[in-house]
Amino acid sequence: MSDLQSLYQTIILEHSKARHGAVALTPLAEAATLGAASGLRVAESHQINTTCGDEVTLRVSLSARERADAAVTDLVWTGVGCSISQASASILTDTLRGLSTTEARALLDNFREMLRSRGRIEPDEEILGDAAAFGGVSRYPARVKCAMLSWVAFEVALIEAESH
Amino acid sequence: MTSFASSSAVTPSRTIARGSQRTESAPLTNIDVERIRNDFPVLHQLVNGHPLTYLDSGATSQNPISVMEAEQEYYEQRNAAVHRGAHTLAVEATEVFEAAREKVAAFVGAQTDEIVWTSNATEAINLLAYSFSNASLGLGGPAARRFSLGTGDEIVVTEMEHHANLIPWQQLALRTGATLRFIPVLDDGTLDLDAAADVVGQHTRLLAFTHGSNVTGTIAPVAELVALARRVDALTVLDACQTVPHLPVDVAALDVDFAVFSGHKMLGPTGIGALYGRAELLADMPPFLTGGSMITTVDMEKAEFLAPPQRFEAGTQRISQAIALAAAVDYLRETGMDRVAAWEAQLGQRLVAGLAEIPGVRLLGPGLGVERLGLAAVDVAGVHAHDVGQFLDDAGIAVRVGHHCAQPLHRRLGVTASTRASTYLYNTTDEVDLFLATLAEIAPFFGVRR
Repeated sequence: MSDLQSLYQTIILEHSKARHGAVALTPLAEAATLGAASGLRVAESHQINTTCGDEVTLRVSLSARERADAAVTDLVWTGVGCSISQASASILTDTLRGLSTTEARALLDNFREMLRSRGRIEPDEEILGDAAAFGGVSRYPARVKCAMLSWVAFEVALIEAESH
Repeated sequence: MTSFASSSAVTPSRTIARGSQRTESAPLTNIDVERIRNDFPVLHQLVNGHPLTYLDSGATSQNPISVMEAEQEYYEQRNAAVHRGAHTLAVEATEVFEAAREKVAAFVGAQTDEIVWTSNATEAINLLAYSFSNASLGLGGPAARRFSLGTGDEIVVTEMEHHANLIPWQQLALRTGATLRFIPVLDDGTLDLDAAADVVGQHTRLLAFTHGSNVTGTIAPVAELVALARRVDALTVLDACQTVPHLPVDVAALDVDFAVFSGHKMLGPTGIGALYGRAELLADMPPFLTGGSMITTVDMEKAEFLAPPQRFEAGTQRISQAIALAAAVDYLRETGMDRVAAWEAQLGQRLVAGLAEIPGVRLLGPGLGVERLGLAAVDVAGVHAHDVGQFLDDAGIAVRVGHHCAQPLHRRLGVTASTRASTYLYNTTDEVDLFLATLAEIAPFFGVRR
């Protein structure tokens, strides 16, 4: 596999077009009220990659506070950007939806560590699932931000949702 | 770039012939360009396993050996603070520093004292904006009143400006209460000159515009715009960053009041740029940066300032950069700016002709046959500019991707980002062809169906 093919793996190119979880977001207040009626906590985060102008707004729905380890019940997003950032947001929704917050954070930490390793850490498919396809990105430091954009949005939105 | 793990530099020969040390007037050919390339060591390397194809000179140009040697020679033989101290080295350093000013001034058709050194073109525009700001506060006395702005006054720019020629004016408007207006851009990426005649009106105090667009590559109708400004006694500021390196430019003949350009885009080092200002205007302007080297007498309450250009050159100057920039000017003069311009015009037309043949590729700005600089920015349907740039980089081709510091223009043309190939005197037609051929492979690679 050439460097370029390892960066742009088929699954990444497919997700960049399929864009799972990408929707036209309703106003946050509306979504929050609707979620609250079902006992969900809803929050979102807007992230911009200032080097290229890529943007993502990711919205997290979290199960009620009563549970010690809440579950990520839903993830939706909207955004514009390169194939890496779009595919990453798409795969994020598939990968993290349904996980507990503890599981989601552990997976996020693993993803980030792998991406920042400059190719030294082989992605663990057991842990990362389809997100392991971003292993090639870690050899391109300029593109790590593209892959991390939606995951940073998730991290910020999660903290916000937990505070509700 | 740390990601170029596979880059391997091919050591350039230090004994190569100076291909450009001549003053012929015949048009440049690929054979001449191959000789010119020998003067640029950085071009002779592999990037990602391919010979480097450098098509990002619109962002920053490469340095010929003579420029690097000029800087090294200065540090080896003359390094001293200029305009202070009486020892031999200080005198010599001052002489070569001022000789550099003379050379750069002559290159753009200015008088020597009409060139103020700055760190770059951005700083040059900020120097103007802050000087006008200071004038608006009453600094500089009655003579500076012509630069003072307030409520009811208008600053006019265009919709195609680089952020460097937009944000300083936005900020000046915010500080002074003046209003910022702009000349809109038409769908074809050119200025709406009909609208310009309305926008530039009796309240206009300043008209700032780019000489050559860093995105569309078009050349502004300077004479028409200057005439609009003159009609209402407005000052004109020309952003010549993309033209001074690539075309013969004579600021006096263009009849603009101010012009700015950057050293690193014209074969010079980073950290040096210049502001041109008509002598009688500079003479009346209050300073921007203040401190040492720009004063005559100082007491604890106040100071008297030197005449231009020193009035605007506070602190220790960019001495080695100015000297290296003068060497870059020598290189360009010896090659001949007419020949450089003609060669790049040819490359520019070759670019747009080739781009028109690639399905799904949209050129930003006017197409074939319209005068343009040797650059072209494109949108590849269905593929983000960063992915385009990544694919090209994998083939050793360096281009600029993103909004090129011109977000409003991109928005106007309906895109968020684009991919720009920009040439210089060291680019061959083969390099343009390689760029075009590689660009044509991109949509299929990313699975974009037409």
